[in-house]
Amino acid sequence: MGLKAKLGGAQRQSLVNSRYIDFLTKSWSYLFLLALVVYFSVTGTGFFSVRNFSSILTTSTLIMLMSIGQTYVVITAGIDLSIGWTVGLSSVTTARVMRDLADSGNDVAYAMLAGVFAGLLVALIPGLINGLLVARVKVPPFIATLGMFGIVRGAAFLLTDGQQVVRGLSSELRESLRMIGNGSLLYYIPDDGFHWFALPPDLEPQQLRVVSQLLPYPVIITALVVIVFAFILARTKFGRHTYVIGGSEEAARRSGINVDRHLVIIYVICGFTAGIAGVLHLFRFTAGAPQAGEAALLSSVAAVVIGGTNLFGGEGDIMGAVIGSLIIAVLQTGLVILNIDSIWQFIVVGIVIIIAVLVNQLQNALERMQANV
Amino acid sequence: MSEPILTATGMSKYFGGLTAVDNVDFAIYPGEVVALLGDNGAGKSTLIKCISGVYRPEHGRVAFNGEDITSHAPADIRSRGIETIYQDLALAENLDVGANVFLGKEKTRRLFGLIPVTDDNYMREEASSALDELDIHIPSLKQRLVNLSGGQRQAVAIARAMYWNAKLVIMDEPTAALGVPEQRKVLALIRSLREQNIPVILISHTMHDVMAVADRMVVMRRGRIVADLQRADASEELIVKHIVGAADNGGDAVMI
Repeated sequence: MGLKAKLGGAQRQSLVNSRYIDFLTKSWSYLFLLALVVYFSVTGTGFFSVRNFSSILTTSTLIMLMSIGQTYVVITAGIDLSIGWTVGLSSVTTARVMRDLADSGNDVAYAMLAGVFAGLLVALIPGLINGLLVARVKVPPFIATLGMFGIVRGAAFLLTDGQQVVRGLSSELRESLRMIGNGSLLYYIPDDGFHWFALPPDLEPQQLRVVSQLLPYPVIITALVVIVFAFILARTKFGRHTYVIGGSEEAARRSGINVDRHLVIIYVICGFTAGIAGVLHLFRFTAGAPQAGEAALLSSVAAVVIGGTNLFGGEGDIMGAVIGSLIIAVLQTGLVILNIDSIWQFIVVGIVIIIAVLVNQLQNALERMQANV
Repeated sequence: MSEPILTATGMSKYFGGLTAVDNVDFAIYPGEVVALLGDNGAGKSTLIKCISGVYRPEHGRVAFNGEDITSHAPADIRSRGIETIYQDLALAENLDVGANVFLGKEKTRRLFGLIPVTDDNYMREEASSALDELDIHIPSLKQRLVNLSGGQRQAVAIARAMYWNAKLVIMDEPTAALGVPEQRKVLALIRSLREQNIPVILISHTMHDVMAVADRMVVMRRGRIVADLQRADASEELIVKHIVGAADNGGDAVMI
């Protein structure tokens, strides 16, 4: 009451304005995503359809999975440049293990399971080494993971004998991979209805063209990973300690947090989500490719930054990275539908990254101002 | 007077050929605010670090409540109730007051009776009542520390020490980076620690602070204690004389 009485009309007005600005800076990435979707829906034929949205979600899974682990690393004021190739290493390893096991007469399901396990496991190795280098040897994250970038790239290509893909996957194996990688828990066929797990076998070609995948498996898997890691970061002690380390490593140490061990675990998590991305990539494209995640690395960092995670550490969340990944995927798809050269996506994403950082700074300045009112 | 809560006897610490602390005896009693004064390099910080476990003294013995804690690990010494608040405060400024009071000791509750999650409301409420006890009011407890003033942050660091049952608080230049009103607040905090019978060792260069709160002034020079004055016997001039080493020969203090 006292404060309100003291405030003049103009001041009250500016407080109201700052509340709008506050709202805008906090949720601009959501609004931007919405604006993009509306724009492409209005201007691009076929953009606004369940079929296309489901395809955008599927496209976004690669970047999204990588950006989950990256968010953890960036919150500790680090960065992991190696995960692009970790995706490839994981994809290649999975493909080779599946191929070799299936070729030596094992059950395909068993071969696939073992392959997935191997692919996820191998992704932990670069993460572990990154973590040890950063935490114990005190190598700056940029340098440690840049070194790992080269090492993992080489390792992935060694596993394919320098080829672009792992050769010799049997057609039975490829078909099984496709069933999951391109499958959906729920399908919808216009004028026909919903189908769980698989499409009816006797579909007309024109029906096949209009099938919508309502719950593609890659999207379901990614959503589960998002939920688990978002929960850990936001709600658990482990997540809290991640923010503490990002805020002040010294404070974390003095408060008894085992900073070294924590950092190692975080880089391992980053390798792990990249490993999931690699395995999923193999399932989707049925080819183990060393360069599977090469182009997605910078996109994953972009997604993290667009989502409001501060590159200097201490702030950010998984939801931000999810929105950032979706913005990039919508741009990629939307530009193609508008028949604009997809090279433009790089320019647009670049601009969005810069806006993101500016908005983040504005938001921090605003918060300081409000605190001093 | 009652028994001292902490005694350090015959303390020496060398760095190579340099004698940083030279056969020092120091004691502090319950409810006492002792100022530790001296020029740069006089050995104040080294002595404190020998007490808090950061350094191992070459000679000497530290006893806290009658127990020998010489060269114990810093974490062990802290868990016994000796809390050192350094200039950088060791706070996570990206987090709120609750998170900072419970830094590294987060309270958890079980979600669905199963998954342990941080209990942010509990931590915020506890932090709030710890601050109330110090008569400090922070408008919004959800505010991140980066948005608080220097004095408020200092208060959070002290509240944390109090919350975890500090029995002795060591403060290194607590007012150095603060404006005048903030300095007053910190001095008030030190007084309220004393009222709760928690002794404070205050390292300070600011004569005004020392005169305002200290019950006793201990002056160090070249690794030795050269003066130990009760509040009633001390004056700014006399202390400065001891600090610059002009007291022994009766000469005038050199005021800079």
